[in-house]
Amino acid sequence: MLVSVYRYNPEKDSAPYMQDFEVTIPGGRDVMVLDVLALVKEQDTGLAYRRSCREGVCGSDGMNINGKNGLACITPISEATKGKMDKLVLRPLPGLPVIRDLVIDMSLFYKQYERIKPYLQNNTPAPAIERLQTPAEREKLDGLYECILCACCSTACPSFWWNPDKFVGPSGLLQAYRFLADSRDTSTAERLTDLSDPFSVFRCRGIMNCVNVCPKGLNPTRAIGHIRNMLLNQQI
Amino acid sequence: MVTSVTNLGRSGLYDWVVQRLTAVVLALYTLFLVGFLASSSDLQFAQWQGLFAQTWMKVFSLAALISICAHAWVGMWTISTDYLKNAGVRIVFQLVCAGFLFVYLVWGIDILWSV
Ligand code: SF4
Ligand code: SF4
Ligand code: FES
Repeated sequence: MLVSVYRYNPEKDSAPYMQDFEVTIPGGRDVMVLDVLALVKEQDTGLAYRRSCREGVCGSDGMNINGKNGLACITPISEATKGKMDKLVLRPLPGLPVIRDLVIDMSLFYKQYERIKPYLQNNTPAPAIERLQTPAEREKLDGLYECILCACCSTACPSFWWNPDKFVGPSGLLQAYRFLADSRDTSTAERLTDLSDPFSVFRCRGIMNCVNVCPKGLNPTRAIGHIRNMLLNQQI
Repeated sequence: MVTSVTNLGRSGLYDWVVQRLTAVVLALYTLFLVGFLASSSDLQFAQWQGLFAQTWMKVFSLAALISICAHAWVGMWTISTDYLKNAGVRIVFQLVCAGFLFVYLVWGIDILWSV
C-alpha cells in the first residue's frame, strides 16, 4: 500500500513536502491507520506523530486522513480509502502551526478550552455528600461530556481557521454547553455573558464540518444552537 | 469576551438577530414584488408609479432599504473580520462599505420620496 506522509522538520527543511512510502500490510488485513504509521516509522524512525491509548480514548492522534480529520487509531484503512485499499495520504490537522511532521501546536485550541472555564462552578456551601442530580438532569450531559479534546472538529472548522484566537470553536463550545447545561453549576449567567460577543459563539456559520468529523459521534453544532437560544432567552 | 471597536452593536446576539429579522423583511419584499410583477401581465409606467406613490408602499420600501443596508453591514463586517487580517486594510474596507451603504440609503430615500 502506498502511504504519502506530510514531512516537515523546521531544523532541516525550508518547506514541508509529501514523502511516499511503500508499506506491506502483514496478511493484507484491514488494520488501523495508526498501525500503518507504525510500519512507516520502522522504515524511517525520524517520523514524528502523537499517539498514546491506541483505542480512541486519549485523543492524541488526530490527523487528516485522506482529506478527512479523524483518529488514526480507530480509522480502518478500508474506511479511509473507501474500500479501495490503494493509497493513504496523511497530513497534520489543518489550521494550526506544525511543530514537526504530523505533530501540531495545539496552544490556541487549549487556550479556547481554558477560556470557557471547563470546571464546575458553584457558590453555594458544599453539602456533606455529593451535589446530587436527578436522572433527567444527568441525562442532559450525555453527548457532551464524552468529548476527548482531539481537536478534529475545531481544525475542520473554517471559522476556527480564520479566527482561532477569537472564535471558541466547536470543541470548546461543546464543553461550554456541557457546563451551561449542568444543573449543579451556578455561573450560567456569567458564562453566557462571556460568550455574547460577535466572535466567541456567533462566528459559527453552521457548516457542520465539526459534526461530520467527530470520531466520538458528538454534535457541536446542536450544542452551539442551544447556547444561542440560551443567549436569546437571557437577553430578551 | 472578545471585543472589537468596529462592531456597532457590541453584541453577537444583536448582530445575529438583526441579520435574521432583516432577512425576513427582504424575503417578504422580494416575494411581494415578484408577485406584483407576475400578476400584472401588461405592466405600464402608470401602474408601477401608482404602486410606489402609495404611503404604505413607501413604508414597505423604506423598511426593505434599511434592512438591506443593515444586513449588508453585518455581513460585510463579518467577512472583513474573517478574511482581512491587516487592521489598516480592514478598517479602510469597512469605511468604504459603510460609506457606500450610507450613500445608498440617502439616495434611496430621495428616490422613494420623489415618486
Ligand atoms: S457548525 Fe459551526 S463550529 Fe461546526 S464546523 Fe461549522 S462553523 Fe464550525
Ligand atoms: S467534539 Fe469530537 S471531534 Fe471535537 S474535540 Fe471533542 S471528540 Fe474531538
Ligand atoms: S491514540 Fe489515543 S485516541 Fe488514538
